[in-house]
Amino acid sequence: MKWIKATSIATFTLLISSVSASALANEVNIYSYRQTFLIEPILEKFTAQTGIKTNVVFAKSGLIERLKKDGRYSPADVVLTSDFARLMQISDEGLSQAVSSDILTANIPSQFRDNDNQWFALTKRVRNVYASKERMANLSGISYEDLAKPQYKNKVCMRSSKHPYNIALVASMIAHHGSAETKTWLQGLKANLARKPQGNDRGQVKAVKEGECDLALGNSYYFGVMQQDPEQKKWADSVNILFPNQHDRGAHINVSGIAMTKYAPNQDSAKKLMEFLSSSQAQQVYASVNMEYPVNPTVKPSEIVASWGAFKEDNLAMTKVAENRQAAIMLLDEVKFDL
Amino acid sequence: MIAAKWYSSWSLSSWTVAVILILPLLFLINESLTPDKEVFEHLLNTVLIDYVINTVVLILAVIIISLLIGVPLAYLLANFSFPGAKFFNWGLLLPLAMPSYLMAYIYTDWLEYAGPVQRALRAVFSWQNKADYYFFDIRSITGAAIVLSLVLFPYVFLIVKTAFKEQSTSFVHAGKMLGKTPWQIFSNISLPLARPALAIAASLVAMETLADFAAVKYFAVNTLTTAVYDTWLGYGSLTAAAKISVIMLVMIFLFISFERMSRNKQKTFSGNSSSEIQVVKLQGKKGWLAFSACFSVLLFSFILPVIYLAEMAWQYQEQALNSDFFSYGFNSLTLAISVSIICLCLGLVVVVFKRFNQSLLANLPLKISSSGYAMPGTVLAIAVLLPLTFIDHGLNDFLIVQGEAPIGLIFTGTLFAIGFAYVIRFIAVAIGALESSYERISPSIDNASIMLGNNRFITLVKVHLPLLKRGGLTAILLVFIESMKELPAALLLRPFNYETLATYVFQYVSDEQLELASMAAISIVLAGLIPIILLNRTMESKL
Repeated sequence: MKWIKATSIATFTLLISSVSASALANEVNIYSYRQTFLIEPILEKFTAQTGIKTNVVFAKSGLIERLKKDGRYSPADVVLTSDFARLMQISDEGLSQAVSSDILTANIPSQFRDNDNQWFALTKRVRNVYASKERMANLSGISYEDLAKPQYKNKVCMRSSKHPYNIALVASMIAHHGSAETKTWLQGLKANLARKPQGNDRGQVKAVKEGECDLALGNSYYFGVMQQDPEQKKWADSVNILFPNQHDRGAHINVSGIAMTKYAPNQDSAKKLMEFLSSSQAQQVYASVNMEYPVNPTVKPSEIVASWGAFKEDNLAMTKVAENRQAAIMLLDEVKFDL
Repeated sequence: MIAAKWYSSWSLSSWTVAVILILPLLFLINESLTPDKEVFEHLLNTVLIDYVINTVVLILAVIIISLLIGVPLAYLLANFSFPGAKFFNWGLLLPLAMPSYLMAYIYTDWLEYAGPVQRALRAVFSWQNKADYYFFDIRSITGAAIVLSLVLFPYVFLIVKTAFKEQSTSFVHAGKMLGKTPWQIFSNISLPLARPALAIAASLVAMETLADFAAVKYFAVNTLTTAVYDTWLGYGSLTAAAKISVIMLVMIFLFISFERMSRNKQKTFSGNSSSEIQVVKLQGKKGWLAFSACFSVLLFSFILPVIYLAEMAWQYQEQALNSDFFSYGFNSLTLAISVSIICLCLGLVVVVFKRFNQSLLANLPLKISSSGYAMPGTVLAIAVLLPLTFIDHGLNDFLIVQGEAPIGLIFTGTLFAIGFAYVIRFIAVAIGALESSYERISPSIDNASIMLGNNRFITLVKVHLPLLKRGGLTAILLVFIESMKELPAALLLRPFNYETLATYVFQYVSDEQLELASMAAISIVLAGLIPIILLNRTMESKL
């Protein structure tokens, strides 16, 4: 049984070393909802500049739940999210800590950070409407409310309603109109769908190009990203990007952001990372690689993004969106939106 | 045979294995008992029934379609020879290497409205839009059922073919002498005799379907697995998610009992039958017909998808072939190999214990250990986190009380969690292979060995292990293939900077940019090929 002993000692040593590796001083541990290939170029720059190594766990979902389970021994220092609700969830559930930094306050306007500095937004994105150039050419203004009108029957495409981006939109509708009216809206929207909710935002534009639908909901940066891929450029070229509700409250915007975890073992490095991500250098990458709107006012959107024109943003408080998140999911189940 | 005492090292180790493997499930059940009225009740009042119906319909459809594909092919290859038969004997196992989420991606890409097939149809017939023609919706239960069947039918083929081959030829001879046609022999004799094998295959297919997450999500089919996900991550209610998981476990329990019941009915050692089945040569047209049947199934379940992936990988080789790819490949390989070996060792413990103790109680550790198989990866990830977090925290708290520095999350924060989850999920596969291999060793051999003065341990080492070699190899290979493909548990349990080929591919698949990970995708498939070829060789030489 010697080998059993030897193996177990070896395994144990390996486990221990992999743990302590993540708690060394000159490192920062990231739970990231944002895809690795999007943030990798930025993180590389950060490491080059500061010498701080970054460790990432990427997952599209489940990281907050894992953080919660980790408890006070969590190795995670920061959480990068791709939407606002999750940013809010982290601070609401007491999983984050306040970060006071003059750099962060200088770089990020106050509406894009928490009053108590529990979270900071890094980029903005618009939930916009893509309209077929061929079949919806005359459409210049549209509202989210319009999408439920009978005239668009069988013309609308969208991804699963349970995707965080759609949940946030529905939550904003509840904040503006109340649950009952939003429910009627959802029923109308569901009736207008050309097909069951499916695919991702890019897939909706593809469907518009092929004529399966005439209108689609999507996030703005996909429009820019698609224009850089030869195959997908054809899809993007077939649609106009419309910013909804320009005649009233403005288009719904969401943000991606960052929060420092409550038990972050590497607080100094984490703070440095947060400051770096808000700096013009990193914001530039967000703008040019992922076609998002930087929150740092000194950084301009990329040329492509700027070419879509200025637009009016819904200035509903982000916290209102987060408050209505649960109600939004419940409504979506009630109308069986995805079924 | 003398029953071992309850405290013998056999039973102690066997029960220890069982308890460790069942621990996450117990924690999950415990979690589900916590009151959480609001979310669960809301789900019950709104979508849960739809999810259950979807799940049941999908499972039944996949069972029916994979039986319809698998059984005729199994019969054909067990009883006849024709052009290509030798290849198809193992070639039809190749789809096992295809992860279901890749197939989902490929088939939706081909068959959706914007895909090449419908585009071509519209061009040829000058149809303008959807209203001009009917084409079935690939993103539907039907689509999901067909595509899942294309990757799951090999289980049916594998199990049922073995059953057909082992059927005593005297029945078939009797049938022939009584003037029955080949069809009558198939439907009245062979098929009923293969019933236990059909049940095993069907329950395996059912459990795989229930456990599938990525593919159904891609097909926009809402099942209980997606409901668990939604409930845990959307509503943020672990308790409600655990409740749904328990509903699924009840379903799994039903499948397993059904399978055991049908297996118990058959207590014959038909494997010992006298003459081997006479393979009939199919000549001319009939031979080519058989060839085309096999080939067309393989074409859609393997050849075309692989060509698609290979072409994509070739086209995007610059982006797809990077250093990440190699390190993720290494991660996948080492993980899959370690998990297979651990499954083999732990599987042996419970199987051997059952062999020496034919009591009902001795069967229990084996059954308990196998219960994780049908746990969907998502459920499993939650379940594994529960006890491991408990232990991690306990350990750190203890160290702090002792005045030592805490050591961090050595179980949930490391590869241990993934490894543990994989073992729980796949040990059933290893146990199944070992058990069926053991069943072929007549118990009289044990008696002879013990009468010759060997104790159990010596009997095991000198008599059983050599005879179990093939079963053991099968166990390792099957677990290896499954581990290479496994996704949802890995997604949620990964430590920092750790990706497997599967999680890496899924990242891009879910963003509909498979081309960037096509090299990794095809590697998963290729890594599955060698085990399948080896697997076939062990199966063949056994017969």
